[in-house]
Amino acid sequence: MAVSEPSPTAGTQDAAPKREVIYRHALVVRATHWINVLCLALLLMSGLRIFNYHPALYWGNYGYRGVPAVVSIDAAVDPDSGAPVGVTRIAGLSFVTTGVLGVSRDSERGMVARAFPAWLTLPGEPGLALARDWHFLMAWLFVVNGAVYLLFGAFSGHFRRDLAPAADQLRARHILADLWDHVRLRAPRGEAARRYNVLQKLAYLTVVFLLLPVMVLSGLTMSPAVTAALPGLFDLFGGRQSARTIHFLVANLLVLFVLVHVIELLLAGVVNGMRSMITGRYVIRPQAGP
Amino acid sequence: MSRLVSRRSLLRAGSAAAGTLLLAGCDGVFESPAMRGALDFGQFVSLRVQHLLLSGQPLAREFAVADISPEFPLNGTSMPGGFGYFQMMVSQFARWRLTVDGLVRRPLSLSLDEIKALPARTQITLHCCDEGWSAIGQWTGVQLSHLLQACELMPNVRYIVFHCLDELERTPDRSGLYYESLDLFDAFHPQTILAYGMNGQPLPVAHGAPLRLRVERQIGYKNAKYVTRIEAVATLDHIGRGKGGFWEDRGYQWYAGL
Repeated sequence: MAVSEPSPTAGTQDAAPKREVIYRHALVVRATHWINVLCLALLLMSGLRIFNYHPALYWGNYGYRGVPAVVSIDAAVDPDSGAPVGVTRIAGLSFVTTGVLGVSRDSERGMVARAFPAWLTLPGEPGLALARDWHFLMAWLFVVNGAVYLLFGAFSGHFRRDLAPAADQLRARHILADLWDHVRLRAPRGEAARRYNVLQKLAYLTVVFLLLPVMVLSGLTMSPAVTAALPGLFDLFGGRQSARTIHFLVANLLVLFVLVHVIELLLAGVVNGMRSMITGRYVIRPQAGP
Repeated sequence: MSRLVSRRSLLRAGSAAAGTLLLAGCDGVFESPAMRGALDFGQFVSLRVQHLLLSGQPLAREFAVADISPEFPLNGTSMPGGFGYFQMMVSQFARWRLTVDGLVRRPLSLSLDEIKALPARTQITLHCCDEGWSAIGQWTGVQLSHLLQACELMPNVRYIVFHCLDELERTPDRSGLYYESLDLFDAFHPQTILAYGMNGQPLPVAHGAPLRLRVERQIGYKNAKYVTRIEAVATLDHIGRGKGGFWEDRGYQWYAGL
């Protein structure tokens, strides 16, 4: 068990703890992981560029300037100084976000009114057609890549063996202990590092089976051709603008996931983690003594 | 308009953004013909998959009168320039005529009253702009398929081109006149209509009076306003800059089902 720490008398007596190399990630998992990194990065950047053309989100089927927005990122003018001010509104609350959202600096033009700054978007300058081209090309790659991953995961035993929490991991005590390890930013060592920890498994399962499918379906709901064939998508999301809002919010959740994912990588060891996702080989470090 | 950006500058901007991404050192990649080829391949896949999905020619969802949005935003031209249009508008389009020609056996020339006398279809649909907003409106008009059957298309027709009265970009050679095109797959769809009525009223000038295209399974800019001539063609090469539409000539996707 991950929570039980070895006593000084047991386990370490026979020999000095050894460094062991295991084969952690199958080739398909590694390849689809990195293709996914490329897809999600370009989907996010092109998606933000598209968003910049109408930086407001609504609920229902219709939504345009004048309809109450759930979220909006606008530029206003400071009445005193006359300077542009970035204003982000979320569910009725207003935040001044000058410099990042609404208004951001441009090396050539100074402060520019735009929802997301150019460095976050693809293309950086106005270019709706190109952003849509990139978004849809990457969406196709993402879907094909995801299908390969799902088929592999289902038939190779990857989901059952690596992602499904083991019975012992689902006990409340274990989950709480794992949570406490995360709070203390303590990465698993030794035997516990042979498998994903339970919060890690739940996070991956949520992303693979909930967030990413919702991204695909909510994206498809914005396509008038797709909804002609599958009008039930309107009902699933509560309308085209609702789907657009959900698409944006879930994209934010995915960014949050990636941030935590990268932080965990840094905590658990960036060299070991990167090597395992590139070559498949992962080093199990000996468990630290008490 | 901010969208009046040449494809070259779009590509340059794209490559600049890519440089700030992790792909520094691949400067030429985003401007390369190979990358453009990949993006075009993406468009091709979208068209093919969506046509497959729509092979049963389903109708886009039609909404109830209560669902009509309080407003319907304007994009593109809201008042065509030129004295010719002004004269027509003042006379309530009494002398306006719609021409249907090109690769047809029986060219047509129809007045607005003659079009209104044809069988009408009314539909309440969702209009989706590529910028992200959407609005619901009610449209009344004649099915395009009705006109295409009446004019007897020749067998080599592949596209239907819609020439418009509004000049969205002022250029000396008049290449900024709005136009659009559809393939026969969308042209013969029951909801593809030439609308002269909106929300129970005559089509307002701002929304394309006297006649506009409604193509409900594609994005906003395919829905050409101020349509004055319908031309049946075998290829789009000789029209405008050859890409099949005003926005298409400026880098936008010809197929806009997504």
